[in-house]
Amino acid sequence: MSEYLVQFNNISKFFGKVIALKDVTMKLKKGEIMCLLGDNGAGKSTLIKTLAGVHKPDEGEIIVEGKKTIFDSPKDALDMGIATVYQDLALVSLMSITRNFFMGREPMKGPLIFKTFDIEKANKIAAERMGQIGIDVRDPSQAVGTMSGGERQCLAISRAIYFGAKVLVLDEPTSALGVHQASVVLKYIVKAAAQGLAVILITHNVHHAYPVGNSFTVLNRGKSLGTYPKKDITREKLLSMMAGGEELNKLEVELQEMNRSSAN
Amino acid sequence: MSTKSKSIESKTDFNQDERLKKVSKLRLLLNRPELGALGGAILVFIFFGIVAGDTGMFSAYGVLNFLDVSANLGIIAIAAAMLMIGGEFDLSIGSMIGFAGICIAIPAIYWGWPLWMSIIFAFSMAVLVGYFNGILVVRTGLPSFIVTLAMLFILRGATLAITRLITGRTQVPGLRVLIEDDPLAWIFATDTFKWIFTWLGSMNLITLRTDGTPLATGIPPSVIWFIVLAIFSTWILMKTRYGNWIFASGGDKNGANNVGVPVGRVKISLFIGTAVAATIFATIQVLDAGSADTMRGTLKELEAIAAAVVGGCLLTGGYGSAIGAAFGALIFGTVSMGIFYTDVDTDWFKVFLGAMMLIAVIFNNFIRRKVTESK
Repeated sequence: MSEYLVQFNNISKFFGKVIALKDVTMKLKKGEIMCLLGDNGAGKSTLIKTLAGVHKPDEGEIIVEGKKTIFDSPKDALDMGIATVYQDLALVSLMSITRNFFMGREPMKGPLIFKTFDIEKANKIAAERMGQIGIDVRDPSQAVGTMSGGERQCLAISRAIYFGAKVLVLDEPTSALGVHQASVVLKYIVKAAAQGLAVILITHNVHHAYPVGNSFTVLNRGKSLGTYPKKDITREKLLSMMAGGEELNKLEVELQEMNRSSAN
Repeated sequence: MSTKSKSIESKTDFNQDERLKKVSKLRLLLNRPELGALGGAILVFIFFGIVAGDTGMFSAYGVLNFLDVSANLGIIAIAAAMLMIGGEFDLSIGSMIGFAGICIAIPAIYWGWPLWMSIIFAFSMAVLVGYFNGILVVRTGLPSFIVTLAMLFILRGATLAITRLITGRTQVPGLRVLIEDDPLAWIFATDTFKWIFTWLGSMNLITLRTDGTPLATGIPPSVIWFIVLAIFSTWILMKTRYGNWIFASGGDKNGANNVGVPVGRVKISLFIGTAVAATIFATIQVLDAGSADTMRGTLKELEAIAAAVVGGCLLTGGYGSAIGAAFGALIFGTVSMGIFYTDVDTDWFKVFLGAMMLIAVIFNNFIRRKVTESK
């Protein structure tokens, strides 16, 4: 039995001649939050889809709980306990909290042919689960559209956990949220990790990632710039790595030169 | 003393509880999509009660008359509503009605099939047409509006061309004699609860013919089908897994797919549903009239969609109700018949239909915004 819950070793993915990912390695223990940082076009989306089973990696191996696995479909990944919460959250705003919570996996009751959706049980579980996150749902039959962005994010995460996620892959969970809402979501993510889940938090916002992450992987142009435990890296260092610090430095120099030439 | 104060206390508690409950129930009702249509139906009945209360519109015969019209429209409106909740349109319903009628009449009259076999044949064709509509929409990702608009022309054209090719005319009469003793046709052609009307007639409570039989003979089959379909569809939407999938497929196709809802299969089944409903409509009408007409059902698809919209369905999908569509159909049926009992020229019916739909759309839009807006 490996000490890691899930390992992605030397994952590479090519689209024709384009190298989307090259030798990306990530290892997560139970209760660990790994933040995957990268600018736009760094290969985050491709990596997420590879983790979620949408893409098959061209090279490398995925090891879940010590066993080497291949994901043929998103369902395979889900069955292995790797749940991905995409940015669109897969929530229908016109539907109730309960109906969203159990969408596609409705609890049933009754005899074989007359099986019906056990809405009472579903309501109870949904309200209970939302209560655990500290979201007081007075009426689980109210539409998801009436919830705030942060609450929706929490609902999507809570749903993934309820349906047996061991590894949570969160795609930009805070990008569309205000400061307060983001902190609510981040708090919930920490709580989830404390319960023994491994979390891969994908974001381009270092300020959101740094306080909650245990380790940080920076992705740039499809390659990993390395994984750093929190004690070995500062927020500023992460920022400059992510933004392609050199490029920004170069830009600064160029701007200074432009200023000088225009002053002359 | 103490007991008294206690009882007062518990009483106020009770009152507060009761009030809370009432508020939440009212809110629950306001959140229901069929509320507008229910209110509209009540207004329509009040209106005709005042202007046409003494004209015979609300005699047994008159009531059955507008119920029959409402029920016929309702059968297809409910199916159209289910499809709209699933996020798609079917503009080929009207053409399917004509096509299904011919599918019953030609084999029965020209090929010598027994009537029951022709009816089964028509329903099989409906399943095929619905499946074809569905698979085309799901596979190509084209808007169902365009795909089924094409099917509207194809089906109507094919109905005309085939009928003229085989029969040399555009109508196929002579079905009435085949209904008797047919093991299947009675489901679509029998008036029920006749004893109620016989009894009411014997009590002189309803109008009688000169020979002493009541003018209204029984509940027409369309009304029974309508009620059964309304209940069945509502049960599906509210109480089954498949119902949840319909809402999910219409509300957010990608989201539903991501959590494992078989969106494609759901949509295809709903397209089959509208085609089958059109065939139920056609079978009832063909057996009632004793003949099939190639132009039957023209523009019915738009009336069905209008009724569904009045019933609270959003044009964008994911929201609506089968009961709402049933009330929508009831409104249209009642007004279209009721207008004969008033002094208003019947030409105004379409104006009413359009205005009603416009009001409904604006109302629905407001509701949608209320439901989806964040705190």
